[in-house]
Amino acid sequence: MSSEIPPTAQTPTTPGAAGEPPSASPGDSGNGTLTPQVSFRDAPPLAGPVFEVGSLSVFYGAHEAVRDVNMTIGDRQITAMIGPSGCGKSTMIRCFNRMNDLIPTARVTGKIRYHDQDLYGRDVDPIEVRRRIGMVFQKPNPFPKSIYDNIAYGPRVGGFKGNLDDLVEETLTHAALWEEVKDKLKTSALALSGGQQQRLCIARTIAVEPEVILMDEPCSALDPIATAKIEDLMEHLAQEFTIVVVTHNMQQAARVSHRTAFFGSDVDDKGERHGRLVEYDETARIFSNPSDPRTEDYISGRFG
Amino acid sequence: MRPPGAGHRAASGRPDFLKRAQPRYGEKAVKVLLVAASLVSVATTVGIIAALVPPALDFFGEVGFGDFITGTDWSPLFKPPHFGVLPLVTGTLVVTAIALVVAVPLGLGAAVYLSEYARPRVRSFFKPVLEVLAGIPTVVYGFFALQAITPLLQDIWPGGRGPEVFNALSAGFVMGIMIIPTIASLSEDAMNAVPNDLRDGGFALGSSRMQVATRVVFPAALSGIVAASVLGVSRAIGETMIVAVAAGGRPNLSFNPLEGMQTMTAFIAAAGIGDLPTGSLGYQTIFAVGSLLFVMTLVMNLVSIRLVRRYREVYE
Repeated sequence: MSSEIPPTAQTPTTPGAAGEPPSASPGDSGNGTLTPQVSFRDAPPLAGPVFEVGSLSVFYGAHEAVRDVNMTIGDRQITAMIGPSGCGKSTMIRCFNRMNDLIPTARVTGKIRYHDQDLYGRDVDPIEVRRRIGMVFQKPNPFPKSIYDNIAYGPRVGGFKGNLDDLVEETLTHAALWEEVKDKLKTSALALSGGQQQRLCIARTIAVEPEVILMDEPCSALDPIATAKIEDLMEHLAQEFTIVVVTHNMQQAARVSHRTAFFGSDVDDKGERHGRLVEYDETARIFSNPSDPRTEDYISGRFG
Repeated sequence: MRPPGAGHRAASGRPDFLKRAQPRYGEKAVKVLLVAASLVSVATTVGIIAALVPPALDFFGEVGFGDFITGTDWSPLFKPPHFGVLPLVTGTLVVTAIALVVAVPLGLGAAVYLSEYARPRVRSFFKPVLEVLAGIPTVVYGFFALQAITPLLQDIWPGGRGPEVFNALSAGFVMGIMIIPTIASLSEDAMNAVPNDLRDGGFALGSSRMQVATRVVFPAALSGIVAASVLGVSRAIGETMIVAVAAGGRPNLSFNPLEGMQTMTAFIAAAGIGDLPTGSLGYQTIFAVGSLLFVMTLVMNLVSIRLVRRYREVYE
């Protein structure tokens, strides 16, 4: 495991992307505020922002779980979201592929623009959204089918017409899992170890060739060795995919991400907790020289 | 405040301090009661088999098993009697098949709706309503078939000869309605038990709700769904009142659902309430038919357990 993902990998800061006052107008997009020139391995030159979040709030029923988030997520970067439990990171990440739609009481206000398209626009089909923006979950959740069928599931429901055998092999190779499973493609995915199951879930996600992979605490159920393998895989995949990862593990955020968003929570006078984006910046800066004292407290372990 | 553990430390002065302070008779009594409760059902099954077998064996001492199982004429109470059970078997199969054609699609459709589409409030309304259907006495269903469904079928039948007054179609149809709640409710329980993680995985790969229901939830819940359907079939095969009232009492070797036919259960009921002398050959036919019914249900259960083992997706 490369422990020296160097702060030097993070290059110029982006004015206006982080710690911006919530008054930033939503939907004010495409003005080139985010032009990160991150030199991560041999990643191709970065294009414009993938997501622009403006004044985003998420409600569960009447409860505002996440309040007024503004952030921009860059192409082919790994963006980490950290923060204490209950600060809304998982709620936040589930907005990016509209998984919150599946919770009957959830409601989203504000804007998320995905390549200049309103992700919550009236004629946007969440199914199309999720084919472009995949998701890996906290607990490995392979289908109780064979390894092969797990990979083939997404392409099949997406109407893939081509050689599935080839696609499965390519995908598993891509996810660095082929050598481990090539002789047991027809056995149940549940026979794999937890770490392998999680890598299978990542492979399953890239089988539909998304642009973005969302990962909601992907390693929290895994041991350190399996975690290291997932982190290696993330670095490798970041050359082609935009990755957003929620993690409880600050070392993980420091190791793999280019930018880090620190979420905290306020308690209002009614005792209700609202998640907020406290600070968002290059990972190196968040971990070495955060501008908000709450970030510093959390990073240094004084809180949360 | 005293230091933690002080009380225990003091008690450990006695040499037998780990011994139980008082005997727990209640625990033993509860266990005995529970074992007795579970033995009742086993004992009942054994008792039924013990009651079925001797008269059935006596019967087969006088009537050849081959004649019984392949004979096409069932008139055990006439002179001369014939003991070919096939008309009763076909009657049972036809009515059960019609019931399944009605109940499996509707039951599974209702289950998929309740489990995968309905909002919680809708489900909490519909499921009890559905289960009320299971509480209606079957004799009511029987008269519903005879008085409402059969006339309706006769009215709307396009051309030709419509259903007879007693017919397998309306009996099977109403029997299907009767077992919908069984299939729907138990299948819904099985689908509901599939972890949401799996659904999320399906949705995150760009599946529609239908795709998640049919390709993720359904295979994972298959064993419960098949169990629900088998229970439905068992109820259909064993159902007596509906067929006795609406399908008629005439053994009829036919697969035409518009005709009346007698099922095995309907025969048992009809013969059982008749005045057959105990120990007569006619009396013994009841047990022969009953044994056959028992064996058929048992075989069906074994086959479906096999099928489920082969095709289900185990998620835990």
